[in-house]
Amino acid sequence: MTTQATPKTNSDEAKIRDNQGGTWLYSNTVKEHFFNPRNILKAGEEAQYESYSKGRVGSPACGDEMVLWLKIDPETEKIIDCKWQTFGCGSAIASTSMLSVMLLENGGMTIDAALKIKPQDIMRRLEGLPNRKIHCSVLGDKALQAAINDWFRITGKHDRVITQGAKVIDPILHITDHDIEEVVLEGAKTLEEVQKKLKVGVASPESIPEIEQLIRFYSEKYYGGE
Amino acid sequence: MSFPQKPETKKLVYLDHAATTYMDARVQAEMLPFFSDHFANPSGLYAIGRDANGALNDARRKIAEMLHALPDSIIFTSGGTESDNLALFGVARKHAKKGKHIITSAFEHHAVLHSCEALEKEGFEVTYLKPDEHGFITPKQVHEALRDDTILVSIMYANNEVGTVEPIADIGRELLKWRKEHATPYPYFHTDACQAAGALDLDVEKLHVDLMTINGGKIYGPKGVGILYKARNISLQPIMYGGSQESNVRAGTENIAGIVGFAKALELSQESKDMENKRLIELRNYFWDKLQEKIPKIRLNGPSLGDEQMRLPNNLNVSILDVEGEALLLYLDEYGIVCSTGSACTSLSLDPSHVLLAMGLPYEYAHGSLRFTLGHTTTKEDIDYVMTYLPAIVERLREISPVNLQYDPKANTHAQYHQR
Repeated sequence: MTTQATPKTNSDEAKIRDNQGGTWLYSNTVKEHFFNPRNILKAGEEAQYESYSKGRVGSPACGDEMVLWLKIDPETEKIIDCKWQTFGCGSAIASTSMLSVMLLENGGMTIDAALKIKPQDIMRRLEGLPNRKIHCSVLGDKALQAAINDWFRITGKHDRVITQGAKVIDPILHITDHDIEEVVLEGAKTLEEVQKKLKVGVASPESIPEIEQLIRFYSEKYYGGE
Repeated sequence: MSFPQKPETKKLVYLDHAATTYMDARVQAEMLPFFSDHFANPSGLYAIGRDANGALNDARRKIAEMLHALPDSIIFTSGGTESDNLALFGVARKHAKKGKHIITSAFEHHAVLHSCEALEKEGFEVTYLKPDEHGFITPKQVHEALRDDTILVSIMYANNEVGTVEPIADIGRELLKWRKEHATPYPYFHTDACQAAGALDLDVEKLHVDLMTINGGKIYGPKGVGILYKARNISLQPIMYGGSQESNVRAGTENIAGIVGFAKALELSQESKDMENKRLIELRNYFWDKLQEKIPKIRLNGPSLGDEQMRLPNNLNVSILDVEGEALLLYLDEYGIVCSTGSACTSLSLDPSHVLLAMGLPYEYAHGSLRFTLGHTTTKEDIDYVMTYLPAIVERLREISPVNLQYDPKANTHAQYHQR
């Protein structure tokens, strides 16, 4: 475990049992942000924030959806206001709340600095998240990038829009490295598990060594190579 | 809506009886002497061993009577999972020469489903029948899936998540007819009755089953003990090897205290089931009426709230749109309300409940599902307590949710999606 803080054991922490017999812990910080989310935009008040740039990721079918609204000072390029809405589990709500706090503290973060926020940074501030929940903090990071891209487009800075250069791994099914990253985040750890979700490499076995390499790479990135 | 205050003394409202039950005090009293007074190994030939063996056989006889079976058809195991494994692997491996095809449903408990997946790797073929939108498997479906090489059919008696009670006796009759027409003893018929045991009739003659799983931890008995009923004429390949206990089918020194407790628990739950069913159905229906009244966009999952022949009396499974199940669960836990969810966020695979998906429920409904299962201690006050908090919790989570699904109670399809 190198990438995440180990949650402290404390009787106040929420212990949730999953439906397959395991338990996990939420840190007190996660609980605090879950029960008292900061900077939320209440449903029905969206019209007041029309002028803000906006980023949306996920869908209710995936189980997580986030929308982030940003007000950016065009002179300093600092984020001076940030609002959000999240459909998702406790850690998804807490991650977005913590992200909004990080963006606004010390007079607001510049967008260049904001774009450098990694999922691990949010997790560290939350005093850790259970492995299978890392997924949730990554969504916050992606919503932020989408909202900043929106601002680049609104302000005509099209050259600064960040497009992720996805690399096609399985030419038959047109599966990219991002798709593999997604399923590793969803908990797949072996080629077999990745294939169960993606069928990647089934029709093009020559791509399997590269797929295995990517699984190792992303497992290490998000789970510290356990 | 102003948020209701927390109660001064923390209350526990346990609504997860399908996960497991607390133990009945009468069961515990029955078990206690067998931990240190009557501790002997029933295989011992000395007096105290014979006493232990007597208790074991009494329990076996008592259980057999309740199942309308012979005592030597009761195999004691470590619980529902082991019984399911023993039934599936035991039949499959022993009778593989007669055929390698198995029929089950797509929404069985994982103890059955994962055993089937493992058997597929051993070269067996498995047909997974898809339940209808209410969770029913029909005898016709089973009949249509039958093949000359089908050796085993395994269909649960009642579903653990949505409480659907399957037409086991009808399926059993269908299989009897097939066997007669084809002059074969196959396929054998297994049912996982773990969820049903506290509420339904367990007469194996009426159900026409050859194998049946029951465990203690769901009927106010001890955890870690269960039985597999096995018709006398069926032979099973053991899944663990050792001593000759349980007619050479299940090795290991018998868990006497657990077995005695299990027999008592089964006796108590069978005796009280008619009255308890009636009480739970009333409470459960009251709960659903209140939920519908106070929470907009809520959907009942599973069969309609009929009698216990249709749906388990204690089961209520609902989807609350625009909010996610784990977030609801976490909030409810803060107020001492315990239930479970089919949301992806509580599973290792991050896929939502396989039961709800098998019934054709859209993903976005499955993510917002909550299962409440009532039991012995549940009172109307408990339900009223839940109703003090749940509507406010839903409102609060909806306030911060960007999702606003349009709900059509008639259509079990993907909800119309509206972006804010």
